[in-house]
Amino acid sequence: MKGGFTALAVLASIFAGWEIAVRAFSVKPVILTPPSAIFAALGADFGWYLNHAWYTLIVTLGGFALAVVFGVLLAVLIVESRLLEKTIYALIVGLNSVPKVAVAPLFVIWLGTGAEPKIAIGFLIAVFAIVIDTVLGLKSVPPDILDLAKSLRGGRLATLWRIRFPCALPSLFAGMKVAISLALVGAIVGEFVSSQRGLGYVILSAQGTFDTARVFAAIMVLGVMGMALFWLIALAERLVIPWHVSQKQYIPTA
Amino acid sequence: MSARAAAGIEVRGLRKTFGEAGVTALEAVDLSIAPRQFVSVLGPSGCGKSTLLRCIAGLEVPSGGSVTVNGATVIAPPEGLGMVFQRDALLEWRSVADNLLLPVDFRRGDRKQARARAAELLALTGLQGFENTYPAQLSGGMRQRVALCRALVDDPVLLLMDEPFGALDALTRDQMNIELQRMWLAEHKTVVFVTHSITEAIFLGDRVVVFTPRPGRIAEVIDIDLPRPRRLALRASEKFVSYASHIRSLFEDMGLLKEDA
Repeated sequence: MKGGFTALAVLASIFAGWEIAVRAFSVKPVILTPPSAIFAALGADFGWYLNHAWYTLIVTLGGFALAVVFGVLLAVLIVESRLLEKTIYALIVGLNSVPKVAVAPLFVIWLGTGAEPKIAIGFLIAVFAIVIDTVLGLKSVPPDILDLAKSLRGGRLATLWRIRFPCALPSLFAGMKVAISLALVGAIVGEFVSSQRGLGYVILSAQGTFDTARVFAAIMVLGVMGMALFWLIALAERLVIPWHVSQKQYIPTA
Repeated sequence: MSARAAAGIEVRGLRKTFGEAGVTALEAVDLSIAPRQFVSVLGPSGCGKSTLLRCIAGLEVPSGGSVTVNGATVIAPPEGLGMVFQRDALLEWRSVADNLLLPVDFRRGDRKQARARAAELLALTGLQGFENTYPAQLSGGMRQRVALCRALVDDPVLLLMDEPFGALDALTRDQMNIELQRMWLAEHKTVVFVTHSITEAIFLGDRVVVFTPRPGRIAEVIDIDLPRPRRLALRASEKFVSYASHIRSLFEDMGLLKEDA
């Protein structure tokens, strides 16, 4: 809680410095809008921003959810099959270096101008983080524990479910923290390419009319949304894996 | 207390080589272990004593010879096997009680029934009240106690221990030796206990199997004729010391101990 307060104080001083600098050097608002004007723009049409933010949120969560489901599934297949590890995994690692943003126009051609292509782009950008981190997690089981599972005559499925999967959870959450931000990037990119809704659309159309205050206002809403999503995953992590070292607040003596 | 019979083990001409180069870990190992016997396997690091244990456990496939448990050739981990590893191999995401119930979960057994047995074992090791604690909150000795309880919870016919106290400090190690003996006297399982401590091997074992370094062969099997329950003070007794010096002389003959440079 104390950390959150400090962060808020830092943010407030940045805004204050920004406001003072803009006024002191009389920067044109179209170049750099002072925070007061940004907040005014935000306050004037708050419902309208919220409406677009809602659309972007749904698209982001859609891409993220697909990335988690398919990413984990793919990771399990890769870890369980040596053939798939040599083929698909190598391919995935290779494909990851292709800038996925460049593929966005293709999705519009394939899937139209609705929410689907944006969700698809979000999925595509986010899924790599999930696959790579989950594979890492599933493989991070100490050899002793795998021997233990064998000595208990545990089959592959039982070992996967009772040993590998719980062991991979910390990595999966690390992957999800990255993936949620990437899904948001994907959603915005999708809205840039073609959209009548969402914060990406707000930014692009405001840019067309040189309405810098609106651009900043939308970016600010995006920032808040991104932080809230990240925080929600951190909260889920705390609830799901309270046993993990990263979650330890103190070391009780025993 | 034990409902199930303990297992007898026969090792015949066991050989194990690793890799393409064929590094020989074990060669011509013959060993009979009677049911309910506590056998210490003693040797320097890398002598193949852990490999022997893993062959008995069905975790390694022999390159030659055979291992039978209760007359059945071991090709996979036999039923009723309890194992304790050097690093306790506890599951960090399970509480102490749930760690104990892992063997029950793996055979899809009745958790409720097993809980009573788990509580009984925890009480035997002085861990009552820690049921809901996570492993990260326990000391090394306590973690290894939990691992021991987990190995015993399903009433195994055979307990295999691979340097279980090797990572503990000397004082905790002594304490664990006392507790292991007490549990063995109560449960009377067949135990194969791998260690590199001469004192520990003699203190716990009915017999001590001394290994030579690579390739691992049995140098000598020594029957330990000391009354139980053995107390720590016994380690200063004449008989104990003569066992220890005999084993030390075996290691000197192998060139493992040199007092004069």
